[in-house]
Amino acid sequence: MDLHISLAAEKVFDLFGLPISNSMLAGWIVTAFLIAIAIIVRSQLSLIPNKLQIIAESVVGGLYSLFEAVVGEKVKRFFPLLATFFLFIIFSNWIGLLPGVGTIGFHKIEDHHEVFVPLLRAATADLNTTLALAIISVVTIQYFGIRSLGIGGYLSKFLNFSNPMYFFVGILETISEISKIISFAFRLFGNIFAGEVLLAVMAFLIPLFVPIPFLALEIFVGFIQALVFSMLSAVFLSVATQKAEH
Amino acid sequence: MTDQGFKLLAAGLAIGLGAIGPGIGVGLLAGRALEAIGRNPDAEGKIRTNMILAIAFAEAIAIYALVVALILKFT
Repeated sequence: MDLHISLAAEKVFDLFGLPISNSMLAGWIVTAFLIAIAIIVRSQLSLIPNKLQIIAESVVGGLYSLFEAVVGEKVKRFFPLLATFFLFIIFSNWIGLLPGVGTIGFHKIEDHHEVFVPLLRAATADLNTTLALAIISVVTIQYFGIRSLGIGGYLSKFLNFSNPMYFFVGILETISEISKIISFAFRLFGNIFAGEVLLAVMAFLIPLFVPIPFLALEIFVGFIQALVFSMLSAVFLSVATQKAEH
Repeated sequence: MTDQGFKLLAAGLAIGLGAIGPGIGVGLLAGRALEAIGRNPDAEGKIRTNMILAIAFAEAIAIYALVVALILKFT
């Protein structure tokens, strides 16, 4: 048995000329799962809830009150985005823990030696996915900021010519927005990829019983990272849309 | 020392030294949070939520160091 760890997600096949990686496949599976659950619960909504509806209601209600505590009364506008972040990220993180993900695959010849290509890989263990989520988050924060404060009002945070010191602070704010993208992307990618590496190494060294606490840790980390991503987005959204007080 | 040897040494140093700061940071955070809960047990929920958020920020720095180490090891 060989230990195979690859930083980049490997391509599994081509679709209309575009390479499809194993993390993209996992991302599609998570998306299909979430959409299916949503459609099923919606079609069976009734005053007397069945089990699935109870679970869905408690999840949505819990998330709603969690974000309401952070954002206040604007939660109605931001909830779809924040809840989607949370649900997509938590299921993408957890799909990497299922048996078969990362282990079932095929062999391919590359650069004169044989590499193992897993069929599935946690969607968020790919920097592309986390970078996309980070860009969506930061761009949406800018959009909501401009919508609440007007273009002039919002951009005055970055370009302030009234005072040389405020001008410098504006530059720092711009740099801080860009660094948010990088920090969102790398926090999520680093946590989940490092978790995958840890599990692979543990299973490679001692396959019996020892990986169990690490699996529990990874379940916890997956939940915490989803929570942190959506909560940080909520905090930045609430900061960007509040009227500046002087 | 060969190139490969330097790379491995760098990977080890990157995560080893990079985890010192966040380790101290998370410890301080948790300590202050526990102290705050002790002084005001009613605010436990709020304190815990904010503590988790702040720990994620501090942890992120350690994760950057880990990513650098992983890049060094696997490319």
